[in-house]
Amino acid sequence: MSLLQIKDLSVTFEGDDGPVHAVNNLSLSIDKGQTLGIVGESGSGKSQTAFSIMGLLAKNGRTSGSVLFDGQEILGAPAKVLNKIRAERIAMIFQDPMTSLNPYMRISDQMTEVLTLHHGMSKRDALVECTRMLDAVKIPAAKERIRLYPHEFSGGMRQRVMIAMSLLCKPDLLIADEPTTALDVTVQAQIMGLLSELQRDFGMATILITHDLGVVAGFCERVLVMYGGRVMEEAPTDPLFATPSHPYTRGLLAAVPRVDDEDAVMKAIPGNPPNMSDPPEGCPFRPRCTYAVDSCHTMPPLEPFAENRARACRRPIEELSA
Amino acid sequence: MFSYILKRLAIAVPTLLVLIVISFVLMHSAPGGPFTAERKLPPEVLANLNAKYGLDDPLWKQIGTYVWGIVSDFDFGPSFIYKDRTVNEIIAQGFPITLTYGLLSFVVAVVVGVSLGVAAAVRHNTLLDYIAVGVSIGAQVLPNFVMAPVLVLVFTLWLGWLPGGGWQGPEYWIMPVIALSTSFMASIARITRSSMLEVLTSNHIRTARAKGLPERRVILRHALKPALLPVISYLGPAFVAMITGSVVVDIYFSTGGIGKAFVDSALNRDYAVMMGVTILVGALTIFFNLVVDILYGWIDPKIRY
Repeated sequence: MSLLQIKDLSVTFEGDDGPVHAVNNLSLSIDKGQTLGIVGESGSGKSQTAFSIMGLLAKNGRTSGSVLFDGQEILGAPAKVLNKIRAERIAMIFQDPMTSLNPYMRISDQMTEVLTLHHGMSKRDALVECTRMLDAVKIPAAKERIRLYPHEFSGGMRQRVMIAMSLLCKPDLLIADEPTTALDVTVQAQIMGLLSELQRDFGMATILITHDLGVVAGFCERVLVMYGGRVMEEAPTDPLFATPSHPYTRGLLAAVPRVDDEDAVMKAIPGNPPNMSDPPEGCPFRPRCTYAVDSCHTMPPLEPFAENRARACRRPIEELSA
Repeated sequence: MFSYILKRLAIAVPTLLVLIVISFVLMHSAPGGPFTAERKLPPEVLANLNAKYGLDDPLWKQIGTYVWGIVSDFDFGPSFIYKDRTVNEIIAQGFPITLTYGLLSFVVAVVVGVSLGVAAAVRHNTLLDYIAVGVSIGAQVLPNFVMAPVLVLVFTLWLGWLPGGGWQGPEYWIMPVIALSTSFMASIARITRSSMLEVLTSNHIRTARAKGLPERRVILRHALKPALLPVISYLGPAFVAMITGSVVVDIYFSTGGIGKAFVDSALNRDYAVMMGVTILVGALTIFFNLVVDILYGWIDPKIRY
């Protein structure tokens, strides 16, 4: 049985200009210890997918479908049920470390409350454990710095604190929502290195949400490519990079800037992401797709076509290379 | 921190001096004087009176004498109207009363206002929210000079539950406190509600929820402190406004507080009493602004003095 199995998840927000369909019929599953990347540009619905797993959607968000965690339905579950799973079994780290920690509380108080609450530890034991975890994420002088406030840390250090805090209960699943987007490049590399190290040591399954294909390549076993709230392609990482099977994935790969080839021109995908309150009919990528045909006006289903691979496109793969 | 407080207290001295000079000049430039009456006094009597109270001295000398009296003896002078009473006595008699119902009103306004605001924000867009917003808007548009007679009408004349005036025991406190605290309570509720709503959408609250904390803990431990920052900056001036706003309460409920003395002194040109109360309110303002700043530093670790 999969650790996490999402079936037909849809997320809709009631907006002033009518409903916004952020996620449409998304299905995915992840086993114990696996690493899954969810890739897509802003507004593709990847973060909202993560928030609906954790029950953290904004108040006007509506969900349908099913999210089974360890066999238990947690989509739309009451806070009481979710609070037993949050941090304890599924933990999450967020995009913006500058604002994701409480600026009015000491790091020690923010961290220890996880352990005193979930494991009933005494404050003193919790503090020892939290200090150990800060050591594990390589924060120097953790013993002294745990007493500080978030504003006394740099962005990278704050994200380390977030990671340490999320791992306190040794969760089965870690959801990392663009953990390096707000950080500068050298710090990005450090944080991703740290994450893969911890993932190996702790053995938790990890969902990494990002728009950065480079980050995915180094970290994930499997990748889900999302566009317009739908899954475009799903594949193990290496085959995805070697033979992308969807025009959108191809476009994304072509848009990665290369520094090893001076003549290479970075090819942006023409057009803009769809307006999700008025999405295009059929395949959401159709208006920007150079391979689009008439039949794209109805959404192609996500169909398996090779081992562990699936794609949502009607054009045969051979025709895409042209 | 300690040196910061000392510095602020040191700055208070010149601030109060400026306040004294401006009030003094304004007061003396207003037409009339303490001895202006419908029946004119003989000029010799007036000259004698002016000499007795030092009013024939040039203004700068009067200010100097006045300030020296305060500095050397903490003496705010004799009342110009009530022959046998000093300003110190008048304040000593009225201020404890004003302070009693002022502090009570302050506590009621803060406790009720903050609770109402938090409840409304947590139950945003529910019936409770609408009721809280409705009540606070209603309370805010109801000035205390309307509130006070309505209270007397209902609770004294119709129901006969509460004494309509005087100052003899706790049952005399109830109506003044309600009349004085209502509009402040409403403002505090509105500020708390909107700032709490904003805080609840912030990223660190999402983190707190992701940690599996019960909603109660999220609100009380993570959201309340930042949500109270704008409330606290309102509280300093609000407290002073309560003390000075006691004028209406004193008049309607005959509580005998400092507010009545203040208005009477202004109308009678009782220079010394007017100055005394002005300095008192000025000192309170300075003090509560300092308290607010200290509270700010206590809540927000980014502020260090």
